[in-house]
Amino acid sequence: MALPIYATPGQRVWHYFYLTFCIFVLFFLVAPLIAVIPLSFTSSPFLNFTPEMLHLDPEAFSVRWYKSLFGMCADIEDAASTMCHDKWMTGAARSLYYAVCSTVLATFLGTLAALGLSSEHMPFKRPIMAMMISPLIVPLIITAAGMAFFFASVNLSNTDAGIILAYTILGLPFVVITVTSTLVGFDRGLMRAAANLGGTPAYNFFKIQMPLIAPGMISGALFAFITAFDEIVIILFIGGPQQFTLPRQMWSGIRRRSARRSSPRRPSLVLFSIILLTTLEMLRRRSERLRGITPH
Amino acid sequence: MSATPETIDGPLLTADGVPLKASLQKSLRRAKLRAALLVAPPLLFLIFLFIIPIGSMLTRSVDDTQINKVLPRTFEAFDAWDKKSDPPEALYEAMYLDLKNAEKIEIGQASTRMNYAEPGWRSLVKVTARRIKKIEPPYKEAFIKIDDRWAELTYWRSLGIMKDPITFGYYLNAVDLDYDFDKNIIQQDENRRVYNLLWWRTILVSVIVTLACLILAYPVSYLLATLPMRYSNLLMICVLMPFWTSLLVRIVAWMIMLQQNGVVNDTLVAVGILGDNNRLEMMYNFNGTVIVMTQILLPFMILPIFSVMKTIPPSYMKAAQNLGATPTLAFIRVYMPQTVPGVGAGCILVFIVAIGYYITPELVGGKDGRLIGNMVAYHMQRSLNWGLAAAMGTILLFMILLLYWIYDKIVGIDNMKMG
Repeated sequence: MALPIYATPGQRVWHYFYLTFCIFVLFFLVAPLIAVIPLSFTSSPFLNFTPEMLHLDPEAFSVRWYKSLFGMCADIEDAASTMCHDKWMTGAARSLYYAVCSTVLATFLGTLAALGLSSEHMPFKRPIMAMMISPLIVPLIITAAGMAFFFASVNLSNTDAGIILAYTILGLPFVVITVTSTLVGFDRGLMRAAANLGGTPAYNFFKIQMPLIAPGMISGALFAFITAFDEIVIILFIGGPQQFTLPRQMWSGIRRRSARRSSPRRPSLVLFSIILLTTLEMLRRRSERLRGITPH
Repeated sequence: MSATPETIDGPLLTADGVPLKASLQKSLRRAKLRAALLVAPPLLFLIFLFIIPIGSMLTRSVDDTQINKVLPRTFEAFDAWDKKSDPPEALYEAMYLDLKNAEKIEIGQASTRMNYAEPGWRSLVKVTARRIKKIEPPYKEAFIKIDDRWAELTYWRSLGIMKDPITFGYYLNAVDLDYDFDKNIIQQDENRRVYNLLWWRTILVSVIVTLACLILAYPVSYLLATLPMRYSNLLMICVLMPFWTSLLVRIVAWMIMLQQNGVVNDTLVAVGILGDNNRLEMMYNFNGTVIVMTQILLPFMILPIFSVMKTIPPSYMKAAQNLGATPTLAFIRVYMPQTVPGVGAGCILVFIVAIGYYITPELVGGKDGRLIGNMVAYHMQRSLNWGLAAAMGTILLFMILLLYWIYDKIVGIDNMKMG
């Protein structure tokens, strides 16, 4: 993107204007996430930059929000204003439980579907594929409304099982998409060779095919996991008082106009997303290497 | 068929003596069956927990059977009445028998439904049902003694709207229309017209967000596609990071940035662009919804455009310039037409997601930034007018399925890529 030496002044101006615009857009994307990290260390009960913070006064910084996040309320003076209680941790544990269960289920079902759909002999391939991806397209509010009516009629609302099943539906399309696209690069000759050498279909799948499509399965599972962990719409419609997940806890925190409370989790969740991103990038490179394509 | 290879002894056989064609067909059938068996469990799972619930929601939007089950005699007597004269004794008697025989919960549900047809029905029915045991014939006088609204023709005539087990009334209500008592379609009362405004606002917000995303995404995608790999990977993280961060976290972050004494306003005041007492109002209104949705949906636009731009060889632009085009002309005439598939995919994707948004407008939209998704939630959870919620959801769903179908035609759902 370097400017050639023969560029006219007009081209130069345009070029720098263009670069500035791009930097602005990238800044627009990440600025809110970066700005909140220092804010979570504030000692003020409100979430804005106090003049003391701008002068880097050590008094203005504290880890009180993090303490209340982990339920260590003993040494916080005004624990009530910080909304210090252990619901954040129990909520996180509950979210983790739902996310893990639904991810396992979605990965299993999604891989089955992708294996069948990538077979050249599968009838009605296109409509079935469209149906499998539809939970991704239908707005969450409509999915939630439909499930709320239906789950109430089969006694599944306000139960853990109902929420896990609902989250499995949301995660399924991700696994189907990622595993299908991994299977495009899969050499079917390998399976025929394995069968020729006397392996049973199940043995061949676990020994030959699964290790090769694992990157697709893992990245699909990651998408399913993050979707379930961060899900808020469905839980508001079919969750009972027992099903208080972390996003739901945050939701009610925000709704009570105490947005200040949800700040501390933010850096930890930003960190979490960086870890996920790195894993995905590594998986992508690995699968490209396996397929004999090197990153250019 | 002449395609069957013939030998002197007849058709070609496999080692175990079966004709080759039959054997091939058998193995094909087996492969088909195996693929179908693999797909069956996830497909059934999806049908039972996703397709059927959404389908049952669709039926709920036209369903009017409940009230017909509670008040069968009343509707029969209603048919016999000429709808102009005073309601006859038989109608009152039928209503009495229906209310007496129905369960309390059923009456509650029915009266809620009746209230949508004519406001006031619910209290009227509830008051009467409470004293039903004391009523003695003649029923007409007894009913009017309980509440003199029973003498009014309006209530009785409104029964005509509800007597069919299938109604399109909820759909009409969802677009600010209504039935009159003879089931002609009329405009909703002026003070109850809210939904058309919301539909327009939803579409307007989606169009603005899509255009804003396109304007912001196109240059950045070009930069990402033309930079050397090691730089573009770094910048790509800026694009993907918000994509992977919790939605609620991003919304709270924007609240902190945009509120009255938030980071943006503080900065503008500190720099001196704004006075301290005329800070910008960027949150809890229309602007808040648009700004936050644009940031949230921007990656959905950048990724498809970027992946198309990545495939365009830079030599085309060089060739065009070699042939005498200025850089601008070469860009417009040679480069841009090739990016159209990516732009189309990105626009439809962003529009589809934007039109069904609920969480963001709910938290940052305030009063004039609410969209149709919020209305669906409101009728589901607060007003409990489930028929109307289902009707609005269905209209929204069909708009999205139409766009999804177009997307499938342009890009193909198989080409959908993640991250």
